[in-house]
Parts: sequence; C-alpha cells; structure tokens
Amino acid sequence: MTQSIIVQVGQCGNQVGCRFWDLALREHAHVNKKGIYDEALSNFFRNVDTRRSDGENSDITGGKIRSLKARAVLIDMEEGVVNEILQGPLRDVFDNTQLVTDVSGSGNNWAVGHRIYGPACQEQVVEKVRRAAEHCDSLQCFFLIHSMGGGTGSGLGSYVLRLLEDEFPEVYRIVTSVYPSAEDDVITSPYNSVLAMRELSERADCVLPVDNQSLVEIVNKIRYMSHQGKPGHVIKKDSTVISGQGGACGAEKPFDAMNNIVANLLLNLTSSARFDGSLNMDLNEIAMNLVPFPRLHYLVSSLTPLYTLADVSVPPRRLDQMFTDAFSRDHQLIRADPKHSLYLACALVVRGNVQVSDLRRNIERLKPSLPFVSWNQEGWKTSLCSVPPVGHTHSLLALANNTCVKPTFLELKDRFMKLYRKKAHLHHYLHVEGMEQGCFTEAISSLSSLIEEYSQLDATKRMLTPDVPRLTIAT
Amino acid sequence: MSVVTLNLGQCGNQVGQELLNVVSNDAFNAQKNCPGVQGKTYYACALDRFFREEQTGELAARAVLIDMEPKVINHAIATAAKSDMWKYGDGSYFCEKQGSGNNWAKGFCVHGPQHEEAVVELVRREVERCDRLAGILTMMSVAGGTGSGMGTYITQCLRDMYPHSFILNHLTWPYSTGEVIVQNYNSVLTLSHLYQLSDGMLVHENDTVHKICAQLMNIKHISFSDINKIIAHQLGSVLQPADVGGTQSDYSRNPVGDLMSSLACHAEYKLLSMSAIPHMSSSSLAYSSFTWPGLLKHLRQMLIANARMEEGIDWQVCVPPVRQGAERTREIKQLQFNTSLANLLILRGKDVSCADSGAFLHPGLYSSWLPPEAAFRTWSSLMPFNGYEKSATLISNSQSLLQPLNKMVGKAWNMFASRAYIHQYTRFGISEEDFLDSFTALEQVISSYTCL
Repeated sequence: MTQSIIVQVGQCGNQVGCRFWDLALREHAHVNKKGIYDEALSNFFRNVDTRRSDGENSDITGGKIRSLKARAVLIDMEEGVVNEILQGPLRDVFDNTQLVTDVSGSGNNWAVGHRIYGPACQEQVVEKVRRAAEHCDSLQCFFLIHSMGGGTGSGLGSYVLRLLEDEFPEVYRIVTSVYPSAEDDVITSPYNSVLAMRELSERADCVLPVDNQSLVEIVNKIRYMSHQGKPGHVIKKDSTVISGQGGACGAEKPFDAMNNIVANLLLNLTSSARFDGSLNMDLNEIAMNLVPFPRLHYLVSSLTPLYTLADVSVPPRRLDQMFTDAFSRDHQLIRADPKHSLYLACALVVRGNVQVSDLRRNIERLKPSLPFVSWNQEGWKTSLCSVPPVGHTHSLLALANNTCVKPTFLELKDRFMKLYRKKAHLHHYLHVEGMEQGCFTEAISSLSSLIEEYSQLDATKRMLTPDVPRLTIAT
Repeated sequence: MSVVTLNLGQCGNQVGQELLNVVSNDAFNAQKNCPGVQGKTYYACALDRFFREEQTGELAARAVLIDMEPKVINHAIATAAKSDMWKYGDGSYFCEKQGSGNNWAKGFCVHGPQHEEAVVELVRREVERCDRLAGILTMMSVAGGTGSGMGTYITQCLRDMYPHSFILNHLTWPYSTGEVIVQNYNSVLTLSHLYQLSDGMLVHENDTVHKICAQLMNIKHISFSDINKIIAHQLGSVLQPADVGGTQSDYSRNPVGDLMSSLACHAEYKLLSMSAIPHMSSSSLAYSSFTWPGLLKHLRQMLIANARMEEGIDWQVCVPPVRQGAERTREIKQLQFNTSLANLLILRGKDVSCADSGAFLHPGLYSSWLPPEAAFRTWSSLMPFNGYEKSATLISNSQSLLQPLNKMVGKAWNMFASRAYIHQYTRFGISEEDFLDSFTALEQVISSYTCL
C-alpha cells in the first residue's frame, strides 16, 4: 500500500485541506466500524501512540486506532486560519511538527510569497515534508492545495512545488489550484495567477483547476434545489457532497460549502487508492493515461451526483443520468464546456454499486456525442471503487484532459494584459529583490504558448484525419 | 517433466492461479473417477508437471509470482491456501509496494533491472527443484506496466540464463477499448521485444473470451474472474497430460517442447491462437451430449472461418482449391479464409480413438511450403477434461491474430505520429528510435503472416 502527503498552502489551501481531512475521517469512520487501523486509513493517516513520553511519536502498524495523525504539512504566512484549525475539532490530527507559519502575510503579492518567503521558509518546509515522508514506507504522491489569486498560495505554493520536485523527483505531484473569478476582490490576482501558472506548467504532473465562480454556482444550485421542497426533491441531509454536517466541524463557515466540493474532488480521486475495487486506478496511472504532452496536464473535473435526490432505489435510468451529467456544463468545477471542445483523454472514477457492464454501456452511449482527438478515439481510463461516498449509493468523478480549459486561460491572459499594459501595480512586485520585468514577460509567454498548444489541437477537431500511412515492409 | 510457471503483474497472477486450480482439480477428479492405472498415471503426471511435494507432504506449485504491488499476490496466495489441495511455495513470490503505473518503460527499464537478481534467483530455485525441466511458462498481459514491461525484461534474463530451455509466453491481449489508454503502445513494445526472445506466444484476447462468457456461458455480469476461468480452461486442456504418439499409456514427457516442435516451426511465425469446443455453463452441461464428428466439424469451420467461438460461425467460408502465387492470396482475402502454418489438435474424453481428424489434413488449409502431414499434429487422452465428457482444443499458428495485431499496431502508430505520450516513455529510457524499431519489427510480422 502506498501513501500520500497533502501539502496545503495559504488561506484557501488550508481551508480546503481542512474540509478534506474532516470528510476523509468521516468516510473512514463510516466504513471502518471496528476502529481498526487498516491499509485504507494508512494512505493518508498515521496511527501513533501519543502516550509515549520520548517526544517523537512512533507509528503503530495494524491493531486498534490510537491516535490518527494526518499526513499533511500546513503552510501559511498568516496565523489566522492555521490557528483556527488548531483550536477547532480537527486539532488532534495535526501537531506542531507539521506547521510552517509566519505572522505578516504576503499581501496578495506573488513576489513576496515566492521570492521572500520561499527562500526564507525553504529549510523549514523541506524538513517538515521530509519528516512526513519518513513516516511513509512507500510515498507515492503529493497533493498540493492552493489558490492562484493571492500571495501566499500562489507565490509560496508554487515555490513549494519546486521544492517538492527538487527533493522528491520520484514522487508524483498533483496540484489542486483554485482560480480566481473575474470579479475577484484581489486586484493583482491576474498577475499572481499567471506567474504561478508558469511554475505549474513546468513542474506539476497534473493540475486540477477549480474556479470560484463555478463553485458558487454549484452551491447556489444545491441550495435552490434543497429549498424547493417538492416531494422527492429533498436533498439528503447526511450527504457529504453538499454539507459538512455530521462531520467533526459543527457550524458552517462562509466558504465551507464551496471548499466541500473541492474536498470531495480529492476524496473521490483518492478513493481507489484507499479502498478496494474490481478495477483499481493507482495514482501514478492518472498522469500516464491522461497527459499526452508534458505541459498539457490541466484536467477538468466534474462531480456527480451533485444535486442528490433522496431516492433510496436507484433505477438504471438514474445511474445513466449520473454519467450524462458528468459531461454537462453545470457539473464542471471550472466554467467550461467539454462537450463542445476536444477531448485528449478522459478518466471515469466510479464509486459504489456500479458494474463494469454499466460503465461500458455508458461509455458506448456517450461516445458519439463527445469529440475525441483523432489519435485517441478510445482514450478512456476507468476505475471502479466498491466504497461509495457517505450518504450515496454511487458517485462519479470525471477527469477530462480537454481543450475547454483554454477560455479560462485566455480570460486570465486578457486580465493580465489589461494591468500589464499600464504597468499597474508593477512596482509592488519589482521592489522585491530578484523580481524583474522579465519574470512577467516569461510568465505570459509561457501561458500564451500553452494556449497556442491547445488551439492547435482544437483546430484538428471535426477534421477528417486519415490514418497515418504505415511503415511498409519490402517483401 | 515439469513446467515452471512465472506469473507477472495483476493479470498474470490471476490467470496463473486459475490455471493451477483447473489443473489440480482435473487431476484429482481423474484419479477419483477413473480408479485404474490410467487415472493414476494421469494424476501423477499432471501433478508432477505443475507441483512438487514438500517435506510436509503438501503440494506446492512450481510457480513464481511477481508483481510490483502486493494486493493481487496476497490474494492469490490466500486463495490457493484455502483450496486445501495445493499452495504456493514458501517465499516463491516477489512484490514491491508501488506499481508500474501502466508504463511499460518503467517496468522494463526501472523495475526489471532493479529486481532482476531477486526474481531470477526465485526462478532458479524452482528450476533446480525439477528433476527434468520441460520449459518455462510465463503469464502476463501486454497492456499494463508490470506484466508487460517487467515481464519482457525478465523473459530476456531467462533467455540468457536458460538458452537451451523452452520459453513459452502466455499473453493476454486487452479489450480493444480498455482500461488503459496507452495499452497499444505497451502491447507494441512487448510483442516486438518478445518476438526476439520467445519460442512461442500463446495469445488470448479479452474481447473474444468476453464473448464466450456472454454467449456460451450465459454470464450476465461478466467479471475478470469469469474471463480468467475460460483462459485457464483452454490452457489447461493443452497442458494436461496427453498422448502424442498413438498408445494411450505413454503420456508426452515434454508438453512445452512437443507443443513448440508441432507449432513454432519458423522463427518468423510465433503467434499461437487457441479455440476450444465445447464451452458451456455447468448447468446446461448435464443435459448435453456431443459426438466427435460434430465437435470436429465445428472446430474445423471455426479454424477456416477464423471464429474463436462455436456460435456465429460463417459456414460460407470454405477451403479454396490449392493454387499458387498471388492469385491465391487475393482469393483468400475475398473469402476471409484463414490460412494456417501449423495446427495442433488436442482431443480429450470418451471414445477418443473413434475421432477422425482427417479433415484437418486438407492441403488447402496450409501454406504452400509445408506439407499437411508436417503441419498438423493430434494429441489425445481418454481422460475427460474439467468435467467435459468430450472436448477438443485447437492451437493454431495461423492468420487468425493478424487482424487484431494489425489494429493494435495501427492505433499505436496513429498515436505515435503525434508523438502523444512519448515523453512518459523517454523519461525512463525508451526513445523514439526504440519505438520505431518496435513498429518495424511488428510490421514485418504482419507482412509475413499476410503472405502466408
């Protein structure tokens, strides 16, 4: 069994991470009734004996759960959010050896996070990550959670990504990035995002972009559905997808509902690594199957069912609806329309009571309406995990490597250029030592070339590409 | 003579376990249902092939299990121990904690060399425990990372270590739309490398076996375990003791060697496909009866019309008159006639001496350069196999795998033209040139089989 470590950076990263740990604990508690420390738990949690007096908690393998510690490193340059976590109900799953904090924050400035805090915290971060890694007997994957708009998440987050690459080149790096919406209150967010994206494009194995706007829309729609009150349209109260209720954290905070969605994305993504299933998908298979070209590793994700209805029985019609929904616009976690763009590859991560035959039937049914790139007409990767999310009978996470991410990047580029043309706010960045205007031009040209790569693929859509002439053998 | 089986990767370990299951069950039943000398010899011969007796009296499989993650191996060992009939040898497995992630290059260039010593040592130990080694049977899929990549590397090591022993590779080909997106790359790399190393490659395609499960066995929700059972049944029907000459008591002493000498007569042609008849669910088996002429008539038509299943055979296809040169090739294409290089027919069950396999000796079935008498062999055994009163299996070195191979290479080539996914391979040391070499090698194979 392999292990993963979550590295959560900045306010947003820590809030999302916090929701993840809460839901993960709940999920395991639901499945693991006997309180045994099993392989599923060992993926993200250590089991330690805290009563030992010699300081360093030693890991216990097997047996009863004593005290679970998250395999996580929490990084923030302000103390607020991390302190809140440490005083909250989740305080016991973290300890001081997992925290890297400072007091003054990065002031929404990528350069401060990346160029000042990065080198300053480097030693501390590496040491704490290494310590977490030493507790794993086969570390497979880092999950970095951060936002793109602010200073710490984007600046320090992308710096940490580089550290992980340098220190652990063999370990996969899957990044969950929360993109700012167009009406973002941080005026410099386009700068921060574009500067961070260059690092993501070069150094991550996979990036799961999520944008605030889509999360808001999804949450609003869930609220609307649950207040409609039609019979049969009642949202299940105990569903983990839509609320944190029943978890360790009691009262909901403003962003909780949105962060929940992102936490669910990670929960489903790692389900196959944590639980058994008839068709397992190892985390190292994600990049192998979904990333045909090194820089094109942005995967659009969608979760279904989101607007859960309180039906006990699951007619096949509803199961098929789950598959259909995964490809519709309003289930995507970024504003994108995969159906009208070009698929490079697609993975379906299914949980719960679903058979291989259901999977095959739905792929056959949906395939004709989904444009795939000519050389990967059968670009499907599937996995079946037998344990559904709490409160559901089944669920689906679709990961698409699709050119539909392009509009998000184009919009970001436009917003960047609007500021950059007027050199607005530039001096805040150039104050920082080692930060030159060249960093900006390099970052924007990295983004432009990424967009160009997607455009070139997009251009092949609906083109009848004949088979490439084969090698001929002289007989 | 004994066969050492080497199970690699998830698929190899699952199929391998099913095979030993079928073989041991069949041997025990033979002894039970046929108390005479005959049953005893069959039983002893079958067990000696795949198992050895440990000091405790327990039967241990002459098998080595290899995977890069522990799940499947643990499961296989536990299931075998529960069977009460046999177990895997103590410590005869090797596993790591992290899989190869569907990446052939990782298996071949990283995991293979890294664990070569340990794995080769396990095989050597098992080989030294055989009084006489018939050959090594490796089992793996071609689609994934560990089985295909590491399996290829280990086959290479074994070839160096045992240059004079037979190595038979059993390969499972993936569904055409499958669980792994890069499966065609992995398959191309595996097949092209193995072609240099193997004495023969016995192929099962998931697609055809899936159809057998659905249409003949009437299984509603087909699982991988159902598929593996069919593969194990077909393999078992070949590898269980059978008489290669004429007298019933003298069972073949080297199943792998005899198989190779019958079928793999030319270094250019190593792809062996299988079909068996009958296949049916145990519930309908009790109400069915078969005659040898009926079974053989179907099996022959399955061969010439290239059907891997007794249902939906195209009876229009017939053996073309024997002619020479280009004219013949064209006509064959129109008729969809499947030309063979060599065939091996294995008959098991009641009244086997009455079975007349003369129809398989028609010269039109074979290439122009090998006389039918040299190209066709029959093995037989009076013992019914795996619960079937009468059963027949045909292993064929023919054009039947041409179409799936051609499709596989075509899809991989299309992908390669855009250089998609290549970076995943180059980072572990498989270059574009390596790919090109592999494509060239397989185009050569395709061309050879097309001209048969």
